[in-house]
Amino acid sequence: MAIEKTYAEINEKIKSGKAVVLTAEEVIGLVAEKGLTEATRQVDVVTTGTFAPMCSSGVFLNFGHSKPKMRMQKVWLNGVPAYAGIAAVDAYLGATELPEDDPCNNNYPGEFRYGGGHVIQDLLLGKQVKLEATSYGTDCYPRRELETYITLDDINEATLFNPRNSYQNYNCGVNLTNRVIYTYMGVLKPNLGNAHYCSAGQLSPLLNDPNFLTIGMGTKIFLGGGIGYVAWNGTQHFPEIQKDVAANSYGPAGGTLSLVGDLKQMKANWLLGTSFLGYGATLTVSIGIPIPILNEEVMRCVSVSDRDLYAPIVDYGEAYGQRLPSDLGYASYAELKSGTITVNGKKIPTAPLSSYPKAREIAATLKEWLCKGDFLLTEPVKLLPSYRDGIQSKKLEIRNL
Amino acid sequence: MAPNKIILRFSENTSDQPIIYRLVKDYDLVINILKANVNPNKEGTMVLELTGEKYDEGLGYLRGQGVRVQPLAEEVFRNEDRCTSCGACTDICPTSALRLERPSMEVKFDSDNCIVCQLCVKVCPLKAMEVRF
Repeated sequence: MAIEKTYAEINEKIKSGKAVVLTAEEVIGLVAEKGLTEATRQVDVVTTGTFAPMCSSGVFLNFGHSKPKMRMQKVWLNGVPAYAGIAAVDAYLGATELPEDDPCNNNYPGEFRYGGGHVIQDLLLGKQVKLEATSYGTDCYPRRELETYITLDDINEATLFNPRNSYQNYNCGVNLTNRVIYTYMGVLKPNLGNAHYCSAGQLSPLLNDPNFLTIGMGTKIFLGGGIGYVAWNGTQHFPEIQKDVAANSYGPAGGTLSLVGDLKQMKANWLLGTSFLGYGATLTVSIGIPIPILNEEVMRCVSVSDRDLYAPIVDYGEAYGQRLPSDLGYASYAELKSGTITVNGKKIPTAPLSSYPKAREIAATLKEWLCKGDFLLTEPVKLLPSYRDGIQSKKLEIRNL
Repeated sequence: MAPNKIILRFSENTSDQPIIYRLVKDYDLVINILKANVNPNKEGTMVLELTGEKYDEGLGYLRGQGVRVQPLAEEVFRNEDRCTSCGACTDICPTSALRLERPSMEVKFDSDNCIVCQLCVKVCPLKAMEVRF
């Protein structure tokens, strides 16, 4: 009879310290050795991990009320603007926001040494952060300006809310032009001088649940060194199975997650302010998602290795920016991690932007939490759309006004 | 002749000797001290530019006195606390002083191969590469 386990059964084993937990890296060898059925019988949970720059990240803050009170209309934290077009003393600080006086790319390539992501890390480090706010003054909120210092402990809420994280898969960026380009994929050298990729591959959460069988709204996860939850699908959630022109399949891509968690219990070494030369500032986010081995199909999905997973090779010199089709093929993560791939007949060096050692550490940490019985699984309240739903990305057309 | 930038490392026994005076007086070297941290009975360091006909003899004297002489190339540092081993620097570094070790995928920094071009300092997303004098 086919093996079927429930979340409740797996949680009972976690509570009694009897759950068998492997990382998505460890499980590959087990399935190869024991086969799918036996591995499914033996293993209860597989842990995943990823640690990479994720720009669509930020934090909702509530500062508490000053005396007299103020409906903060404009807010800055260490000079970085936060969005205050919500209720009084609430604001959203985005990871890529830059200080008002940042020279940006006027001194090309700009350095972008400090931004919203760095403010988030400073808050986690317990540093004092300068809060400035202005407003127009109302009968109920008379104050028009303030300037003070806050710390993470001083304020009411700090809720990390990342609208688009944990990309299922990502492009491998190259540069076909004859000049150096500065991108969110790092520095790409001219004439196919190098290739940058950004995924934990076989450890990456959504590459291990390509059909969204277990990861859904309410899934409890490792986020920023603490606990978080999947809030919804991420923006631009377009899950698909990649195909080349000859209709050969190159595995899953396109899914994203929206994540939420209490910043106050996260760690400064797991959410890092990050700077991309000539591009901008962002936040490096750590995510680990447990996958309950409910049945053989779930186990088959988590047993994929870097040899089975492919990144599309995309020219960031022109095709990406001009929204042109790119036809440079695919590279497996095994090839990408080897240090060299071949594009247009040329051997080129590769480098990652996503830390594989840290992804491994995240998956191991989550495994430890599960083995100690500290961390129970949650069953999703709602599953997320998969490639079967055929969601198509919409393009923005520039219309004549 | 272009000046050579070097780092001198003094042991606690040599830090009270008038070594720089000897380089000027006996070897006729032109010295520009960029940074110095030398205290009696403690290990010390000095970064300087050195030019002159008797450059090699001068270095020989220093070594004879037990002073370790290193090229400035060794003074790009990796801040281990900040580095996440993401790897973004490894194909930018022209000498493979920064490289990915396989299969661990950890970034290793071999300062002997570093030529202080400082490209890594610019491209590191976590600002983990630092130039120290």
